Amino acid sequence: MTAVQEPKFSEFHDNDQKPVGFGRMLRKEDPRFIRGRGRYTDDIQLPGMLHLAILRSPFAHARILSVDTSAAEASPGVKLVVTGAMLAEKGLAWMPTLSNDVQAVLATDKVRFQGQEVAFVVADDRYHARDALELIDVEYEVLEPVIDARRALEPDAPLIRDDLQDKRNNHVFDWETGDEAATEAVFASADVVVREDIVYPRVHPAPMETCGAVADFDAVEGKLKLWSTTQAPHAHRTLYAIVAGIPEHKIQVISPDIGGGFGNKVPIYPGYVCAIVGSILTGKPVKWMEDRSENLISTGFARDYIMRGEIAATRDGRILAIRTNVLADHGAFNGTAAPVKYPAGFFGVFTGSYDLQAAYCKMTAVYTNKAPGGVAYACSFRITEAVYLVERIVDCLADELNMDPAALRIKNFIQPDQFPYETKTGWVYDSGNYEPTMRLAMDIAGYAELRKEQEEKRARGELMGIGISFFTEAVGAGPRKHMDILGLGMADGCELRVHPTGKAVVRLSVQTQGQGHETTFAQIVAEEIGIPPADIEVVHGDTDQTPFGLGTYGSRSTPVSGAAAALVARKVRDKAQLIASGMLEVSVADLEWVKGAFQVKGDPGKSVTIQDIAFRAHGAGDLPEGVEGGLEAQICYNPSNLTYPHGAYICVVDIDPGTAQVKVRRFIAVDDCGTRINPMIIEGQVHGGLTDGVGMALMEMIAFDEDGNCLGASLMDYLIPTSLEVPDWETGYTVTPSPHHPIGAKGVGESATVGSPPAIVNAVVDALKPFGIRHADMPLTPSRVWDAMRGRATPPI
Amino acid sequence: MQVPAPFEYERATSVDQAIGLLERLGSSARLVAGGHSLLPMMKLRLANFEYLIDINPLHDQLGYIRVGGDEVRIGALTRHRELLESDELASAFPIFRDAERVIADPVVRNRGTLGGSLCQADPSEDLSAVCTTLDAHCVIRGPRGERVVSMEEFHVGPYETAVGDDEILIEIRVPRRPGSGSAYQKVERRAGDWAVVSAGAAVWLAGDGTISDARVGLAAVGPNTTGIPEISATLRGQVPDERVYQRAGEIAARSCDPVTDQRGSEEYKRHLADELTRRTLRTAVERARS
Repeated sequence: MTAVQEPKFSEFHDNDQKPVGFGRMLRKEDPRFIRGRGRYTDDIQLPGMLHLAILRSPFAHARILSVDTSAAEASPGVKLVVTGAMLAEKGLAWMPTLSNDVQAVLATDKVRFQGQEVAFVVADDRYHARDALELIDVEYEVLEPVIDARRALEPDAPLIRDDLQDKRNNHVFDWETGDEAATEAVFASADVVVREDIVYPRVHPAPMETCGAVADFDAVEGKLKLWSTTQAPHAHRTLYAIVAGIPEHKIQVISPDIGGGFGNKVPIYPGYVCAIVGSILTGKPVKWMEDRSENLISTGFARDYIMRGEIAATRDGRILAIRTNVLADHGAFNGTAAPVKYPAGFFGVFTGSYDLQAAYCKMTAVYTNKAPGGVAYACSFRITEAVYLVERIVDCLADELNMDPAALRIKNFIQPDQFPYETKTGWVYDSGNYEPTMRLAMDIAGYAELRKEQEEKRARGELMGIGISFFTEAVGAGPRKHMDILGLGMADGCELRVHPTGKAVVRLSVQTQGQGHETTFAQIVAEEIGIPPADIEVVHGDTDQTPFGLGTYGSRSTPVSGAAAALVARKVRDKAQLIASGMLEVSVADLEWVKGAFQVKGDPGKSVTIQDIAFRAHGAGDLPEGVEGGLEAQICYNPSNLTYPHGAYICVVDIDPGTAQVKVRRFIAVDDCGTRINPMIIEGQVHGGLTDGVGMALMEMIAFDEDGNCLGASLMDYLIPTSLEVPDWETGYTVTPSPHHPIGAKGVGESATVGSPPAIVNAVVDALKPFGIRHADMPLTPSRVWDAMRGRATPPI
Repeated sequence: MQVPAPFEYERATSVDQAIGLLERLGSSARLVAGGHSLLPMMKLRLANFEYLIDINPLHDQLGYIRVGGDEVRIGALTRHRELLESDELASAFPIFRDAERVIADPVVRNRGTLGGSLCQADPSEDLSAVCTTLDAHCVIRGPRGERVVSMEEFHVGPYETAVGDDEILIEIRVPRRPGSGSAYQKVERRAGDWAVVSAGAAVWLAGDGTISDARVGLAAVGPNTTGIPEISATLRGQVPDERVYQRAGEIAARSCDPVTDQRGSEEYKRHLADELTRRTLRTAVERARS
């Protein structure tokens, strides 16, 4: 266990160290991005390629009476116009979602959210395609929409999913976890019970690159080649095979460079299917790239949880139980991307980092006339919502008990000797040592001095707040016996091939969207077999080139695929040892591994490098008996448990009492993601996630008007933060390795997005304490903060 | 990708040639200067013009800041960045630098222009509020020659100005009077966002330290950026102090006409009109005194 404040990046601006294995090094993929040589889906140009544009519904809920495409078909450059009715004839109007619901590819009967796909045009260029959209005449009968999730289950609410047989209401599922009776018993006898209504509004991942695809169906070969913006190319290929009836070996899904995913690029969108249909029908490659508004109004949103949190404690601050009731808005189709047995994702970790006697959650999910989605925006399968709930309600308890929020947390932490720790909702936390992480964050912050400063400022009428959040995440899904997506087990393959000259290629089933896989995975392999990262090519994102696996989301790349990479490298090293024993004419047992070479024990002069061994593996001369030529291996890794990274975040805000504007003055983030592979990449992930957190806490929200019009349809309306809204991040780390992961790594991709919003909201609420405020919902825009200062804090929905 | 409907494009070679094109093409044509409002609207197909006349080649003629003794003349194609960086302008009217610091971002400021901002006539637009505050006049040229209008006359309604289909805004004239100080402040949800509310204030102090004249201009609280004559009338002849600023703020809060939207409630915006009026008047007076 070490506790370290991260040095400033400027101290490591160059790449002198070039570690063979773990350590700080510049990203291998960056030269092409920095020089504008990235190759994204929209960069794909194929001979004769056509362009597709989608007509979308202007209404949230309406019956389609007629669709007239004749003028569009006659428009210049138009090759094809397709409606829902035409797809229905081919049995393609509906497709399965990742949650075993169905979603319309193109609407046939009704439109169920504003922005839903109604028809598409394929034309010789994107201008002609767009021009023709305006000539499609759709007659709608506008229906009453359901916009507020609270209205969805009222007896007289309009029925959204009349396409589903025997569906009579807007109910999606009920779900519960924990022990209701035991929890009630604890609550009934507790000294103190605090209750708060907490809303996590609808937000959007808004990746810089919008979604899109290029479909190229070769009728002669019967092969479909699809470039698409996907975080899970293998899973998509299997689903296309099932939906479209094209044999899986005749489908190649290529996920080229991806300009940010954040969960937005996990689902299969109707646009991808339209591009495939367009290519099959025209016999030409077809490109579809959605625009910014289409991305914001129709693709995977996140959150939309209306939560009631309750916490029970003793008067002296021992937390006993947490209970919550959640109304989950899933939009028009249940398109949540989560393991099948987890309809609420991993929300069950709402018990947080605390040792409780009981916990219980009851959730109801409903359909509304809003875009489908739910699991996105770096949420680790709903852990964002869970952490926000517990960290907000713990602060409410601290307020009730008049206790310092840091002290209250420390008093209730799960203790190091309790790990592996099974929570009251059944999650087995693998390892953790929370208090040093918390203490380090407090040290970096100068917590005691900050409280003193706050006291002085309060006396002068200035508004300063200090907010704390302590999170435990559950990432790295599977294990496959518990976790699958549409029947596909959440395991990942990896293949490593060492060439004769000692250079290597490692093939991954996960796909980077900016996380730096080409560097991190080269370092993981380098650490195990001693080949420098520069000599290791990382291949990913192409189903014809890589082994099967479920892809990158839920912070699962390092916990799952990273384990696969380490283990496949060990397999190669084992074989290298056999070959080395032949080369050195000693028994295997007499060899020891010093990174990059095998040497005879006690005789450092007698050794062979991994490069020597690689050449021998492919070269002339006999190998030891029973050893095949070549130096390569393949593996499929099925994790035995999730990994549980944790972190302590402290935020300091100042609020202008006259304008109610919130300024994030400082933000201290101490993360424990287990073994650290490339600290620079970890910091980058943390910085990005913290910025996300500022956005969600202070400005981001996909709002709707009462007619169901999306009010966040552009980046002028849906605000995402800039460098001017964020402070100079202060980061540190502790290291508590995962006991079951081959290298002890836990994953960090979503930690900061999960952990930062409660720290910021807690800080704002802390600053507003003089006004008697205990809770205010995100987004804490100046106007909403001003309302809170007047005692009129309202939920955003 | 958002793509506009078809249009034709021509680069202007002179002001008169551009006016000639406008005369011929009428309302189907639109001038493009910085393009930061027009092009997004065209891409969203909210604006569909058949012709675009690009006046950026006229920057040499229409991009200037001339600070004279009686007035400052600013060419309509002067870019935000030039307004931001001009020390002479900041010395005469610090309100310009205050405002430019909070307009959009450097990329937009490199390209966007004073004339384009005013002609867009967005009720939330900052430079319109600045020009209203300073009692600027607009020089409009057309086939029948030049005319000069006040800001009140210039703004006809939201997104609507006095500039005719065959006319071009070519210059802004800001009168200079002694003893002046000015300031601008904006509340936004995020850097580069449109204002929730913004306010500009200008004061002119007499030799005895009393206010000889004062003006306040507000943005985002009504159909147009608005000057509030009642504030001017109330402040004239007063000794500037907190009591006076408070009265001005109260007038601003009740005189404006905000609506509740995603940026804030009507009530909050009225509060900001008050708060920002007081803050900018305070700063303007401090500057006038120094």
